[in-house]
Amino acid sequence: MTLRFDLTPLLPTAFAPRTEPLNKLMRFGAWAGYRTALCYGDTEMEYAAIRNTAMLYDLCPMTKYRISGVEAEDYLQRLMLRHLRKHSVGGVQYSLWCDDAGKVLDDGTLFRLGPQEFLLFCQERHMPWLLDSAMGFDVRVEDQTTDLAGLSLQGPLAATILAKAGLEVSSLKPFRLTHLPLGAGQVMISRTGFTGDLGYELWVTPDHALTLWDRLIEAGAAYGLRPAGSDALNIARIEAGFLIATLDFIPAHHALREHRARSPFELGFGWMVDFDKGPFTGRRALLRERETGSRWARVGLDIPGNVAAEGALLYHLRKHEVGHVTSAVWSPITKSSIALAEVQARHARGHDVWVEIYAERELQYAKLMLPVTAVERPFFNPARKRATPPERF
Amino acid sequence: MPMPSSEVIVIGSGPNGLACATRLAQKGAKVTLLDSLSTPGGGASPREFAPGFTTSLAHLTRGIDARVAKGMNLERHGLSFQTLQTTLLGANPITVSRGKTSSQDTEYARLHDRLTHFARVLAPFRALPPPRLGKGNDWLTLSRLGLGIRALGKTEFRELLRMLLINAADVAEDDLTDTRLQGFLAFEATLGSWLGPRSPNSLILLLNHLAIGPDPLAPKGGMQALAAAMAKAAVAAGVTIRQNAKVTRILTKDDRATGVQLTDGETLTAQAVVSTLHPGLTLRTLVGPRALDAGLYTRAGHIHSRGGTASLTLALKALPKLDNPGNRLIIAPSVTAVENAFNPVKYGQVPDAPVLEAYIPTTLDPRTDSHHILTANVQFAPHAPENPDQARAQMLENTLRVLETHIPGLRALILHQDLLMPQDVATLYGNPGGNWHHAELAVEQMLFLRPLRDLSQYQTPLDGLWLAGAGSHPGGGITGSSGWNAAEAMERTL
Ligand SMILES: Cc1cc2nc3c(=O)[nH]c(=O)nc-3n(C[C@H](O)[C@H](O)[C@H](O)COP(=O)(O)OP(=O)(O)OC[C@H]3O[C@@H](n4cnc5c(N)ncnc54)[C@H](O)[C@@H]3O)c2cc1C
Repeated sequence: MTLRFDLTPLLPTAFAPRTEPLNKLMRFGAWAGYRTALCYGDTEMEYAAIRNTAMLYDLCPMTKYRISGVEAEDYLQRLMLRHLRKHSVGGVQYSLWCDDAGKVLDDGTLFRLGPQEFLLFCQERHMPWLLDSAMGFDVRVEDQTTDLAGLSLQGPLAATILAKAGLEVSSLKPFRLTHLPLGAGQVMISRTGFTGDLGYELWVTPDHALTLWDRLIEAGAAYGLRPAGSDALNIARIEAGFLIATLDFIPAHHALREHRARSPFELGFGWMVDFDKGPFTGRRALLRERETGSRWARVGLDIPGNVAAEGALLYHLRKHEVGHVTSAVWSPITKSSIALAEVQARHARGHDVWVEIYAERELQYAKLMLPVTAVERPFFNPARKRATPPERF
Repeated sequence: MPMPSSEVIVIGSGPNGLACATRLAQKGAKVTLLDSLSTPGGGASPREFAPGFTTSLAHLTRGIDARVAKGMNLERHGLSFQTLQTTLLGANPITVSRGKTSSQDTEYARLHDRLTHFARVLAPFRALPPPRLGKGNDWLTLSRLGLGIRALGKTEFRELLRMLLINAADVAEDDLTDTRLQGFLAFEATLGSWLGPRSPNSLILLLNHLAIGPDPLAPKGGMQALAAAMAKAAVAAGVTIRQNAKVTRILTKDDRATGVQLTDGETLTAQAVVSTLHPGLTLRTLVGPRALDAGLYTRAGHIHSRGGTASLTLALKALPKLDNPGNRLIIAPSVTAVENAFNPVKYGQVPDAPVLEAYIPTTLDPRTDSHHILTANVQFAPHAPENPDQARAQMLENTLRVLETHIPGLRALILHQDLLMPQDVATLYGNPGGNWHHAELAVEQMLFLRPLRDLSQYQTPLDGLWLAGAGSHPGGGITGSSGWNAAEAMERTL
């Protein structure tokens, strides 16, 4: 297919024949060169499906790399922060990778398909870096972004709907994956997601995309399954405390300003950094940072009132600017105004930190200065997320 | 680190390896110097190119770094030099010695003085670790050097700034009228580089040559005598030199260099490993990707290292007919001749009329059989021609043709001929690309950018692994400067 970007600046995904007619508001957004639904009709209802029944979300634009070869594991040990020792075949590992300076390039999920075969799912494109990192290793890195079509099925009824669709995964534990037959093909199902709830991600070759969609929609009809757009998902992911590259942090390769890149410590991922696993890119810089301290800290904030603090600045003693909110929302499930924010490391505990919100009320702005409380993330962390087998309805 | 009685391995016994090893040994380290060749000296080591005839890669120098000569007591170990005059061969040959020339061009002396003056102001930078952009500088020394530059006065300072990044051709053509002198300046500026005289920033390389020393010097007894004197000094300081010891790997553990492995599998351990080999080769081939961050490993592969100099040696039945056969002989008739000799190498091709610097060392040290040897640095040679053998043959033929027109009857005297193309240099001396300076000396790879910004202080990210060869500041030549600088840098980390 020759692409004419002037005619089709955004590509349809493999599910477009189903998702586009359903999009009553024609609300699409750009995601990595594709157009996907921001909202099909009612964000509140779509969000409610995530927490009460189940929702279906088009994941096609995710960037996907197949990493394979005799030295694939060695390669990934050097590339990623986490140790691969405990990453067995059939597992999914959430991890980050850094540049030499120990600044985060992106986060992603690493699917281990075999001893020497992995799939890396991430937000941004990274081929040059992945290839540079591959020099000297017997490894192949292939971009498979267009070779796999994916759906995210999330919500308390997700396992029930899958069973109904003939895809029995009740024994699948969080961060594990399996392959099941689907018509003439097969579907790869992992118990992963971006909602902090029970949920699965399903991947097929694009020729089976519509079969998968139809099966799930049909099976879910009686269970309140709904397609959801990115707006609804965004509420859920903030409740789950997940960060998004370019929204909550600037990947180091995108940062034009020297001080915009962030280390894993500064993003709250210090736990991932395994200094004992041997050399990996960024290790020396991170060791230094561990010794000298980080500049920034990532915090979850509970804010009084009901106004979302999007884009708000944070002040110490109401006076000195010490940070800012990167994502914020009124959380329907916790009934509170929550935010993901970045503050100077010494204010990580949130003592006497205030948020300045400009609340718009019918074209008039009320300036609010509210004291914040630093709270644990995830903001919402239901037991059903982990229960295996999941509750059946 | 070279704490007293600590063990240090130095890889490569070129002038930098010898200088570095000696200094470390003098400070109390137990130093083993390893080299793949059978004789120490690197670019200065003797090489038998035909039965009974030896030569070396480098044939002249502008002087061993004064700190090295003194610190190694090279005079006492038998090193002395003959200062050479230069003859520019052509229809009407002229001689040049510093600012004096037999040409009518009265501007030459003035230009030479000015360039020499600039070079003298810049020379002290060669004996320092490159200044850093940021913290950690020896500000006292730097400000003293800064004052030295300011002391040039406003006009000369402005002139220095104007000249610092200019190309050699513009200066030659602006200031000189004699095309032969213009060609000479263009040749000297680009000797050893991968730049033509019209390439941006080429003049600074001339300042660098002049900063090493004002005159071309021939070691008495030949380059091999220089190599032997340095090796003797090293041994006298307690350095153990092992020849025929090719390092295949630098061993690392827990982010430290712990030793080396040789071709035959033998391993040697040490608290510090110093490599005077090409920085890219050191990091990519000897250390390998696993112990290095991906960004650095990638950039180490992008260090420019295109060799442009071929090394010619002729064994001659008798001394060719020349007015001053003991002079340094230059064939570079004009700026355009030098530029034209550079152009084809951009496309992997051999120039029709190479430019060159020749010398007949047997005029200083006669052979008993009254045969002679002529050595020449010939430019420019393509570093990666499509057909290496064909390119070598063509380069040799074109060079001999040029020589024959300037020294009629020369070809009839030839007993043996030998030409090393950059690729041959790479193979023989383990120096990828075969560049004079290992890593090209060009503004973008100078000072705090040499060989890469995060390697410019001779230190590598791996504890105990140091760089000390021509690829580090201040670059190549038979000087020993980077080796000495590196040893000093190691001492400072104590
Ligand atoms: C064609 C040509 C002509 C030149 N002519 C002159 C000249 O006339 N005057 C001048 O001043 N400079 C000249 N130079 C430059 C000069 O030779 C170098 O800049 C200088 O020798 C650099 O010194 P060094 O000690 O850093 O490295 P080198 O002299 O290159 O020494 C490195 C040593 O390491 C050894 N080695 C390589 N790989 C391994 C390994 N794996 N294990 C162990 N040992 C290894 C090599 O065999 C060599 O002995 C010339 C260079 C070239 C290419």
